Amino acid sequence: MRDPGGLIILFVMPLVLIITITLIQDGTFRSVSDTSIPILLIDNDKGSVSETVQTQISESGNFEMITSLGEEPLTEERAAEEVFKGKYQLAIVIPENLSRDLKQKVDQNVLTILSSLGFEDNGLEPEEIQPKEIKLYFDPATQQAFKNSVKNGIERMIATIENQSIYKAFGEQLGEDVESHFDQESFIAFREITLTGEENIIPNSVQHNVPAWTLFAIFFIVVPLSINIVKEKQQGTLVRLISNPVPYAVVLAGKTITYLIICLIQFYLMVAVGVYLFPYLDLPSLEVSGHLLLMTLVALFSGLAAIGFGVLLGTVAKTPEQSAPFGATSVVVLAAMGGVWVPVFAMPNVMQYLAVASPMNWGLEAFYDVLLRKGSLTDLLPELILLLLFFIVTVLFAIGYDKKQRAV
Amino acid sequence: MSKTAIEISGLYKKYKDADYFSVNNLSIAIEEGEIFGLLGPNGAGKTTLISMLCGLLKPTSGSFTICGQSYKKNSNEIKKIIGVVPQEIALYPTLTARENLMYFGSMSGISGKDLKLKVESALEKLSLSKFADKKIITFSGGMKRRVNLLAGILHNPQVLFLDEPTVGVDVQSKNVIIDYLKTLNQEGMTIVYTSHHLLEAQDLCTKIAIIDQGKIYAHNTPKELITHTEGANNLEEVFIAITGKELRDAT
Repeated sequence: MRDPGGLIILFVMPLVLIITITLIQDGTFRSVSDTSIPILLIDNDKGSVSETVQTQISESGNFEMITSLGEEPLTEERAAEEVFKGKYQLAIVIPENLSRDLKQKVDQNVLTILSSLGFEDNGLEPEEIQPKEIKLYFDPATQQAFKNSVKNGIERMIATIENQSIYKAFGEQLGEDVESHFDQESFIAFREITLTGEENIIPNSVQHNVPAWTLFAIFFIVVPLSINIVKEKQQGTLVRLISNPVPYAVVLAGKTITYLIICLIQFYLMVAVGVYLFPYLDLPSLEVSGHLLLMTLVALFSGLAAIGFGVLLGTVAKTPEQSAPFGATSVVVLAAMGGVWVPVFAMPNVMQYLAVASPMNWGLEAFYDVLLRKGSLTDLLPELILLLLFFIVTVLFAIGYDKKQRAV
Repeated sequence: MSKTAIEISGLYKKYKDADYFSVNNLSIAIEEGEIFGLLGPNGAGKTTLISMLCGLLKPTSGSFTICGQSYKKNSNEIKKIIGVVPQEIALYPTLTARENLMYFGSMSGISGKDLKLKVESALEKLSLSKFADKKIITFSGGMKRRVNLLAGILHNPQVLFLDEPTVGVDVQSKNVIIDYLKTLNQEGMTIVYTSHHLLEAQDLCTKIAIIDQGKIYAHNTPKELITHTEGANNLEEVFIAITGKELRDAT
């Protein structure tokens, strides 16, 4: 209570962090986004294919299609310029004669098949048709995930158009209304079956973000704790404490308990925000029913690991200028390694090996075990043991280092 | 016959990578009930010696006992009978004077009602009761020094180590501190004290050792030291005669 600024940083900033990040990332997890992204479309085809592409893009609701800029007609050069300047995320250029050439190509293929089956051939030599390409221009700052998602969507759209063209061509050649005979709906579909067996409940941004960023905030305790120890060394209070008949381990135990309480308060505040505040921000509520005890255990052991790291850093560092930036950057590195931003499975092989060595990864996996994999205490034990060992090793190393320093 | 409070024998301390010994084969006995002044220029080894006696630094070799307890065998027992007042204001600036004293008192093994009584009594003795609930950060230099002293004596140690307890304080606060140290001594506390205020040491100390380059160059009562130094009228002149006028900048 003596340091309101410090209290804000300790308790309010993690809440601001978790709300901001969850709001931002929520769109990524939602199947239908609330916002439409404006994209440029240059239709050089003006045929059935480009019409279908435009209809499907419009119907998706994710994009707002722009086909002209002001009075001037939209050219490929102009669109490229606008996109590369970052004014638009994407431009799609549909090539000239795409509909005509696609129809011709499909007709040729169908005729070839039919003639091989004994149907009458028209005797004409097939005209050579060059493959067509739909050009995509992306803003250089666009993330790869967005690019991949757009490319997949367009690929799927083209495949559907090609299929329909093939059915239509067969119908024309056979002189029958084949389209009505063939069921053109996809025969193979997929559906996601979750751990609970319910089909429609999939992990959302809140279930992912709250544990990840809670862990991040818990580990940030490294910064104030290490600064506190360095300051105690500098102002002489540590000398006073050490010259008392209380073992150094008791002094560290006092700090551990205090900072552990801070970590748990942070944790409960963030869970409370996830459960009670998020629904008011149009975010899904954090689902913790039946998991709170196990989540508390994970927070407790993660807090211990963070405190161990803070004690070690504070013991080794000589000035707050050493401990604060190192503490902050190392927490960010551990978070990155641990999979807070990018899932571990999506990392390069080397980083996947390194991730296993990050206490933040153990904590995150333990949280996911509880919240997403419906794990029991037994499932969590390996991660909890690793977090505890990390605490013991770092604290022992700190005590050893301190003793060595006094012996020099 | 008085007992020995501190017995130091052949004590050495050489820091890692240092070219010289900070404490060099130092042997001395300090009797119980003395106010022992450890005087010397900067870098003479005073703070290193006190740090070793308080268990903050490990000697390179040699040994010492405090009230008959060997540091090698009974370092924890030694910590129970000593008090330490560091040169720095070793207090938590955002806590009040009372909170600081309660905390450090509890760390020195006092608890409950006894702790409360001792804290109130100590604050009263150094005229700090009025400011007991003010944060240390708001205190003047002299007030901070007084609280700094109290934090080291709450558990009524047999031997008190003071590293420059009056540095940077006004005359009034200095007088209060010195008078209080005399009272503590009269109650039986042995005091080991370092200072650059030689006239203050001359007035306060019953025995003085002048230390330089880790060695003791003179050891006696202030009066004897002055008497036996040719042309010296006070301790400052004795000090200059022994340690010279050359600057002793130390890091």
